[in-house]
Amino acid sequence: MTDTQPTGSTPTPSTPQAATATATVVPALQLKNVSKSFGSVLALRDISLHVDPGTVTCVLGDNGAGKSTLIKILSGVHQPSSGELLVKGQARTFASPREALGAGIATVYQDLATVPLMSVWRNFFLGNEPQRGIRGLKFLDSAKARETCRAELLAMGIDLRDLEQPIGTLSGGERQAVAIARAVYFGAEVLILDEPTSALGVKQSGVVLKYIRQAKERGIGVVFITHNPHHAHMVGDRFYLLNRGALTNEFEKATVTREQLVKAMAGGAELEALAHELGADR
Amino acid sequence: MTTPPAKVDERIVQASRLTRLLRRPELGALIGAVVVYTLFAVSDRTGTFATITGTANWTDAASVVGIVAIPVALLMIAGEFDLSSGVLVGSSGLLCGMLATQYHLGIWPSIILTFVFAAAIGLINGWLVMLTGLPSFIVTLAMFFSLRGINLGLTKVLTDTVRVAGVDKADGFASAQAVFASTFWAPYNFKIAVIWWLVVTVIATFVLTKTRFGNWIYAVGGDSNAARNTGVPVRRTKITLFVTTSLAAALLGVIDVIRFKSMQAGQGVGEEFTYIIAAVVGGCLLTGGFGSAIGATIGASIIGMAFIGIAFAGWNTDWTFLFLGVILFAAVLVNTFIGRRAQGAKK
Repeated sequence: MTDTQPTGSTPTPSTPQAATATATVVPALQLKNVSKSFGSVLALRDISLHVDPGTVTCVLGDNGAGKSTLIKILSGVHQPSSGELLVKGQARTFASPREALGAGIATVYQDLATVPLMSVWRNFFLGNEPQRGIRGLKFLDSAKARETCRAELLAMGIDLRDLEQPIGTLSGGERQAVAIARAVYFGAEVLILDEPTSALGVKQSGVVLKYIRQAKERGIGVVFITHNPHHAHMVGDRFYLLNRGALTNEFEKATVTREQLVKAMAGGAELEALAHELGADR
Repeated sequence: MTTPPAKVDERIVQASRLTRLLRRPELGALIGAVVVYTLFAVSDRTGTFATITGTANWTDAASVVGIVAIPVALLMIAGEFDLSSGVLVGSSGLLCGMLATQYHLGIWPSIILTFVFAAAIGLINGWLVMLTGLPSFIVTLAMFFSLRGINLGLTKVLTDTVRVAGVDKADGFASAQAVFASTFWAPYNFKIAVIWWLVVTVIATFVLTKTRFGNWIYAVGGDSNAARNTGVPVRRTKITLFVTTSLAAALLGVIDVIRFKSMQAGQGVGEEFTYIIAAVVGGCLLTGGFGSAIGATIGASIIGMAFIGIAFAGWNTDWTFLFLGVILFAAVLVNTFIGRRAQGAKK
């Protein structure tokens, strides 16, 4: 893909300087000139981005653009080869996803977030089960767990009658919602969502997008990774376009329309060529 | 945008009591137990099966299965097998007997060392499975054959026979007998092993349903990746369960050696499958993530009833294993069917 200048009214790709000028708050998460190479393969080149609290930051990219590598750096699975990762302005290095989680960075993976045969509330508290009782003899506070789970899900606008049902019986969107609610409840300040809508139908995607907005309104910095510019535009505040391991564009919500985003993402000229080739009207 | 009012999806039917009941893993086993009990009560020719004496008989046969079957069930819920559990019963009994008779350690120190030995075997099983990433089926099968060889070889070297005898001459045998091999409820003489069985059932059920560790057992068996991602210590959970299973095998070995005052080198071989049958009949999924301790206890009861009931019915006891095979298949069929109905056709 060559330089992505959409035809028509050109959006002004804001430079990093312009972006930081508007941001008076300290970003919850920030990458500064991060590169990552695996042997001779340069997976990410000079990535600089920032995630503000209470906003949705979308990272858009086609297959092979480096989205997965970016997620893994943000969530502590990989460490950058060069450059810095800053959490609330402090440079940090994470040795494991557990450490990133400890710093308030939670990642919801598409299919690896829940155990299908376990009940909803047991999944919700998995790994962080509330306990009561004396030292040495502690048991699950299941009444409190159920109560909290119900309240937290309601706060996200999801009403499940039966928290005892295996989570595998929920739809894909609802499972994502439970995973998001869980991350929010356990104090995530940055929530990384890995293609949360890619396997879902139109309505289900809408449900997940609603929860993304809910999380944002609770003051969380959401990183929404997707290859769907329509979904991104509906909830996003800032958009980064990732292509072949580098950021090619950065847009603010106010200065970009959905069509521009779609074109920038697909590479405007290429899309038109494709439309022509297919004999489409538009 | 404010919080949207929670909408109730009209397609979600309120889970009825029946659905909740069908979701229990042990339901199929319970139905099976009632059927089997009725069958043997009707075909009984001695007139004792359905009496308290008969109950004392079949609970004895069930207890020696259940004590190990319950931890085997927990391990299966966590997604792992232990095929060495049967032969380890023999190894533990032999070791305990040899320490007491050949090395004159006294029965209680022998028992303690036996438990330490069993814990080490469990630790080796667990570590090997976790470190090599090989299926536990293979790792514990190797342990099964290794122990089987050691049992026979070492017993022959040390005693020149294939059994250890004379355990009752060890120091403190009377007190150990009171704990591991006495009877209660005078005219009917229930074996104390039944109490051990019930204790193991209660502890396992409590751990499984009411503790954090129990939650982890289901999680590591259901989806170990998801469990790891949410911060569950997968390795520690599984290794702990391997050790628990070995300790239960040692408990049964000690019970056996004290009850019979001797131990055969071949004791316990083949029993590992009986434990697995009890767990599976009780509703445990072979693939992990689903099952219960009470289910395994009911499964053990069915096996106990079959062993005693077939003899009481005057049938040739050679047919016992055929019966177990049929029961296993039928129970799994029923469990899968109701499981599928209750789960909404998803795994």
